Amino acid sequence: MNPAYRRHHPKWYRARMPIFWWFRKAAYFRFIARELTSVFVAYSSVLLLVQLRAVAAGPEALARFTAWLHLRPVVALHVVVLLALLFHTVTWLHLAPRAIVIRLGRRRVPDVAVLLGHYGAWLAASGLVVWLLRL
Amino acid sequence: METHVHDVLVIGGGGAGLRAAIAVAETDPALRVAMVSKVYPMRSHTVSAEGGAAAVIKPDDSLDAHAYDTISGGEWLCDQDAVELFVREAPEEMLRLEHWGCPWNREPDGHVAVRAFGGMKIRRTWFAADKTGFHLLHALFQTSLKYASIARYDEWFVTRLLVGEGRCLGVVALELASGEMHALLAKAVILATGGGGRVFPFTTNANIKTGDGMALAYRAGVPLKDMEFVQYHPTGLPFTGILITEAARSEGGWLLNKDGYRYLQDYDLGRPEPTPVLRAMELGPRDRLSQAFVKEMEKGRTIETAHGHVVHLDVRHLGEPVIEAKIPFVRELCLTYEHLDPVHELIPVRPVVHYMMGGVHTDLTGATPLPGLYAAGETACVSINGANRLGSNSLTEILVFGARAGRAAAAYAARAPAPTGPTRAQALDEERRVLSKVRGDGGGGERVATIRTAMQRALEAGAGIYRDEVGLRRAAEGIEGLKARAQGVTLDDRSHTFNTEVVAFLELENMLDVAEAIVHAALVRRESRGAHQRTDFPARDDNRFLAHSLAYRSPNGPPRVDLLPVTITRWPPGERVYGR
Amino acid sequence: MPQTVTIEIRRYRPEEEAEPTWQRYEVPFWREWMVLDALNYIKDHVDGTLSFRWSCRMGVCGSCGMMVNGNPALTCATYLETLVPGPVQVEPLRGFPVIRDLVCDLTDFITKLQRVQPWIVRETEGTPAQGEYRQTPDELAAYRPYAMCINCLLCYAACPIYELEPGFLGPAVIALAQRYNLDSRDQGREARMDVLSEHDGIWACTLVGECSTVCPKHVDPAGAIQRYKLDAAVAWVKALVLPRSGR
Ligand SMILES: Cc1cc2nc3c(=O)[nH]c(=O)nc-3n(C[C@H](O)[C@H](O)[C@H](O)COP(=O)(O)OP(=O)(O)OC[C@H]3O[C@@H](n4cnc5c(N)ncnc54)[C@H](O)[C@@H]3O)c2cc1C
Ligand code: SF4
Ligand code: FES
Repeated sequence: MNPAYRRHHPKWYRARMPIFWWFRKAAYFRFIARELTSVFVAYSSVLLLVQLRAVAAGPEALARFTAWLHLRPVVALHVVVLLALLFHTVTWLHLAPRAIVIRLGRRRVPDVAVLLGHYGAWLAASGLVVWLLRL
Repeated sequence: METHVHDVLVIGGGGAGLRAAIAVAETDPALRVAMVSKVYPMRSHTVSAEGGAAAVIKPDDSLDAHAYDTISGGEWLCDQDAVELFVREAPEEMLRLEHWGCPWNREPDGHVAVRAFGGMKIRRTWFAADKTGFHLLHALFQTSLKYASIARYDEWFVTRLLVGEGRCLGVVALELASGEMHALLAKAVILATGGGGRVFPFTTNANIKTGDGMALAYRAGVPLKDMEFVQYHPTGLPFTGILITEAARSEGGWLLNKDGYRYLQDYDLGRPEPTPVLRAMELGPRDRLSQAFVKEMEKGRTIETAHGHVVHLDVRHLGEPVIEAKIPFVRELCLTYEHLDPVHELIPVRPVVHYMMGGVHTDLTGATPLPGLYAAGETACVSINGANRLGSNSLTEILVFGARAGRAAAAYAARAPAPTGPTRAQALDEERRVLSKVRGDGGGGERVATIRTAMQRALEAGAGIYRDEVGLRRAAEGIEGLKARAQGVTLDDRSHTFNTEVVAFLELENMLDVAEAIVHAALVRRESRGAHQRTDFPARDDNRFLAHSLAYRSPNGPPRVDLLPVTITRWPPGERVYGR
Repeated sequence: MPQTVTIEIRRYRPEEEAEPTWQRYEVPFWREWMVLDALNYIKDHVDGTLSFRWSCRMGVCGSCGMMVNGNPALTCATYLETLVPGPVQVEPLRGFPVIRDLVCDLTDFITKLQRVQPWIVRETEGTPAQGEYRQTPDELAAYRPYAMCINCLLCYAACPIYELEPGFLGPAVIALAQRYNLDSRDQGREARMDVLSEHDGIWACTLVGECSTVCPKHVDPAGAIQRYKLDAAVAWVKALVLPRSGR
């Protein structure tokens, strides 16, 4: 007998969510990984700001900052950051076709096209940055 | 036991029930209307309807043409005043549904599109791809949510009508989640509980189609009309009984026997043409096509499989684009349930029990002979379907007569006095009956499934596509024996919470009543007409049987079956001509 | 091919026990059988106490969703054959309170559905005498995919956000709101926006994307939510830039 049951008053069972629910499925894990890598996105933006401040503070500050960048542990950290950023960017781009539905007449522009458009834009933007840096 | 009081109760949340509830709410927002359904409304069987709904809308069509197709299709057993009113109100109902969001297929200019359907001389079947019933039901359900005056009792199973002072005063229902019995009182009750195809073993009908409303009315002394007319649809998938819609044929599909021959040409249904011809061959009426299958089987020209004889439905020549645009669900069903792709392969099909032309006897407003009790939809028989329903008339019927019953019940409830009388005692009585079954009192160890299977076999053997006196008598005896055995059912499940076994038992009792009415009505009708074919009386007999059968339950022993003349207005009985 | 399959069912009998337990059944194996056929075999011949919902057995009524081997599935459309040798585990849909055995409580979904006004909203309603609202095949195609939802709730069972935050409107409800928003006959977009852009509306979704993966009718609720976010953001920016222009 379930002591909590009263006749005609159903006792609903609510399962509690395990802490490690995101291990249940590869898809959940990928999702959590994507969410967590956003920390690295934030980190790299902060890094960029710090670098800009160094540039503004004059050549000496910039040299100090660059030296820090060349430290082995820092390089190692930034390799990890880069990988995380790439992971985040790629998974994010792959979600783009979900949000953007373009119709040409009756036909829906296929997801691949939207995706390729995004990759194209990414490449173009990167190209622009490289070109700016080369100036 | 709790008592709930409303003005109008709608039993059933399918197309007919939802339409009725909305009609009550629109007629008089002050009326307290409640809808009781044994499943959530969007699970109702209307959801499975595929092909479409007929209504005159195009300039090349006319109300008289729709009426004539319906009446000749029903082999002159339809009440012609009902049909005339039905075809007249159909377009308006369909337009209303369009305004409520039903995603009808469209012409390029934005007008609704129509398709051909079996037995219809002119294209007039509105469709939403091949999920018409699904879209219709969801549009109605979602629209019903906007009416604050409609209360709902979802997953409540009605077990009995409360009757006193010569009128219907409400119902008793089992709340599934709690296992509690409730009395629901109202001035008017509308039965919209759908058909009862599950009395047969092989059917397109969903598990919930157990003829509950018919049995409820029958036990309350209301007659069941034309129960002998059971429609076999010619194209069901073997084993599952899942329907392949007639739209597959109206888009141009062919029926082939084992030699790849379009055998319908041998059964007075016209000449085979490459493109579909209306009211001919594959677009003939369902009764004739199902009967042709049996004859073809007798000639040894069907294909034998592990799940019975089949013929082939061929849609390959339509090509993938047409199949995807017009009948995508057919493809989805074949891929899922038969592991075959109709774009490249033949679909095996056989006749399958599909629809009950008969039902609770009502007049044109949906009123039954019991004051305060109304019925609409497949559970009712007005009758517009006569001896054979034309495909795509019944989705329209549930709208037209659902709305009519709703308006009539609203008008009745507005002037009827509040329910009083012996309801409390009846309700307590019913509570005792149901709960004692749950407790397992007095059982004899029988299982629900055993009796259900035996009943289904008995009906298939005795009251299938072709019937005769000997077979029907045997079926009648079989059903009588099973009714006695059903009282000896012992349930495994003794709990109150969501006891699906007690529901299955109550449904079995209902089905046995429906089966009894079918068999006895079929015994009385000593002629062949539409879906009722007697090998011992192969001819139609308008002298004696241009009449509806009315089966009245008797407390012990077989029902009394009376005859009620058909109403003829403008179309005197004639020959049914297809393809000539 | 095996002769029998073991089915393990997560049972919950509220009158007897406080917690669910597993129960094993041995059923015959037939190639034609779906998981639902095995459940019905158990109910009819082995143990009548097993409770579950089903009706159409053709994948359209949406009653029979359960977790099969940990994934949400329509049991009437899942072949046993794809799961042998087994054992096959069947549980109630995740994320919902369980009433009994494989039956869970859906009232939350129905309440939320009603909140987004899933009906055609018009300033003035047309009468049948005026004929149909015109809608071209292109306009129909714009919302049709979202109208295919059978309310089976597999998407909810796949959504960890709904499980973590039961207030979330959830995939199907938002997809259905979007179905009406995209319908050329509808004028209720703004009214729905208020509900959808609440805290528990679209913004609660962090795009796990599993709802679209499990949806048996290819409704793509995740896409509906993302598109809606985009719309809402654009509307917000517009309101900021051109505060007085009525949207
Ligand atoms: C596979 C299939 C395809 C079809 N295709 C077409 C088509 O293309 N065109 C066409 O015109 N017709 C078609 N039909 C027929 C048509 O779908 C039905 O006749 C129609 O949907 C019946 O609607 P209804 O509202 O009367 O009943 P249903 O939709 O069956 O609803 C019955 C309601 O009553 C409730 N109920 C029943 N018993 C009880 C009880 N004891 N207590 C409480 N509630 C109860 C149920 O919960 C349900 O809500 C098709 C039928 C089938 C089987
Ligand atoms: S969106 Fe798909 S998975 Fe979700 S309820 Fe609708 S049909 Fe089911
Ligand atoms: S039983 Fe209807 S969807 Fe599975």
